[in-house]
Amino acid sequence: MGPRSRGRARGEAPREEGGVSSDWPLWEVFVRAKGGLSHRHVGSVHAPDAELALRHARDTYTRRLEGVSLWVVPSAKIVASDPDEVGELFEPAESKIYRHPTFYDIPDEVKHI
Amino acid sequence: MYTTELQKTAKIENLEDPKLLEAFEARVAADEFIEPKDWMPEAYRRTLTRQISQHAHSEIVGMLPEGNWITRAPSLRRKAILLAKVQDEAGHGLYLYCAAETLGTSRQQMIEALHSGKAKYSTIFNYPTLTWADIGAIGWLVDGAAIMNQVPLQRTSYGPYARAMVRVCKEESFHQRQGYEIMIALANGTAEQKRMAQDALNRWWWPSLMMFGPPDADSPNTAQSMRWRIKRETNDELRQKFVDITVPQADFLGLSVPDAALKWNEEKGGHDFGEIDWEEFYAVVRGEGPVAKERMKARREAWDNGAWVREAAAAHEEKRRARKAA
Repeated sequence: MGPRSRGRARGEAPREEGGVSSDWPLWEVFVRAKGGLSHRHVGSVHAPDAELALRHARDTYTRRLEGVSLWVVPSAKIVASDPDEVGELFEPAESKIYRHPTFYDIPDEVKHI
Repeated sequence: MYTTELQKTAKIENLEDPKLLEAFEARVAADEFIEPKDWMPEAYRRTLTRQISQHAHSEIVGMLPEGNWITRAPSLRRKAILLAKVQDEAGHGLYLYCAAETLGTSRQQMIEALHSGKAKYSTIFNYPTLTWADIGAIGWLVDGAAIMNQVPLQRTSYGPYARAMVRVCKEESFHQRQGYEIMIALANGTAEQKRMAQDALNRWWWPSLMMFGPPDADSPNTAQSMRWRIKRETNDELRQKFVDITVPQADFLGLSVPDAALKWNEEKGGHDFGEIDWEEFYAVVRGEGPVAKERMKARREAWDNGAWVREAAAAHEEKRRARKAA
């Protein structure tokens, strides 16, 4: 069920497989839209280092007041779940409808519950 | 409450740079959120670290009284629901530990503080769950009180705590309803079942009111916490709201709240209610609750018995790294 490394991670230059990529490494960009909200993934940029990644992210993703804070994370550092395991990972929650408040019968005259 | 002040601290001293402090207070007063890398007064950091970690400990210890009934739930439906609820409490503890860690403490420090008895958790979990009706009463009253307290905390000034509360409140909305549903079933059941429901209400009512913490007059740091918007409503305000909402719910069940002084006060638009036994509250805070020792023993044993799993995971990782390096 754990993450599997399948092929190379996104953003990792394909060095061992012949040819040296001249692309800068890829960084994933997260923007906090306004104070109090979490950072949300908005896209990615190529950059040689963290400082430039932040600058590129700022220029690429926040030209219209989209946010108040930026995170950049090396894409190669992100570990993703395996799409082939989507069923075993997420389907078990489907039948657990009792995790939702609407599952319970509470008469209308009972308030604030 | 989960989050109330359980450790009285010396008066907060202000040794901070007045300029930074002023800017900070202006941000908070403008309802801005403070984030981990922002400057904050030491007392703010300390208060939040204590409050969030106590809240996390409460979620974790809070699994014990209900976990006690999972194997004895009266039907498969009730068992699945109770299991899901206890799983949620574990998850909520983990969200909160992570939120506390953004303030510079570590998981290990927090766990050690809990296990050594240095850290506090909500007094409510030091009462025993004697019958199945207690599971109904806990969902209805204890989770009801928790929600009452947590809803305003979604707007608390510290961003990571506020966001954890948003998630917790959303997930917790079923907890109270499942408890009340149990109470409805018992209250409409046999005479014996109804008696069990009344008995559970009798035992959980006062400890639930204590969850909101000491009266405002005896809560010395409330004013500071309100000013910093760590707290958004005082203990007494929340307690009053809880009573006003809960009494009609008890009426609907045909159960009576165990308080002879309870009376609707038209003038104030709320209920008057009897004096809480604060001696009992402070005794439980000091660790003298009816099952305080059992709770701590269960937590320490769970930690010790899980040690081999943590060690095995670390050993596995070590081996994998060595293999990769070879």
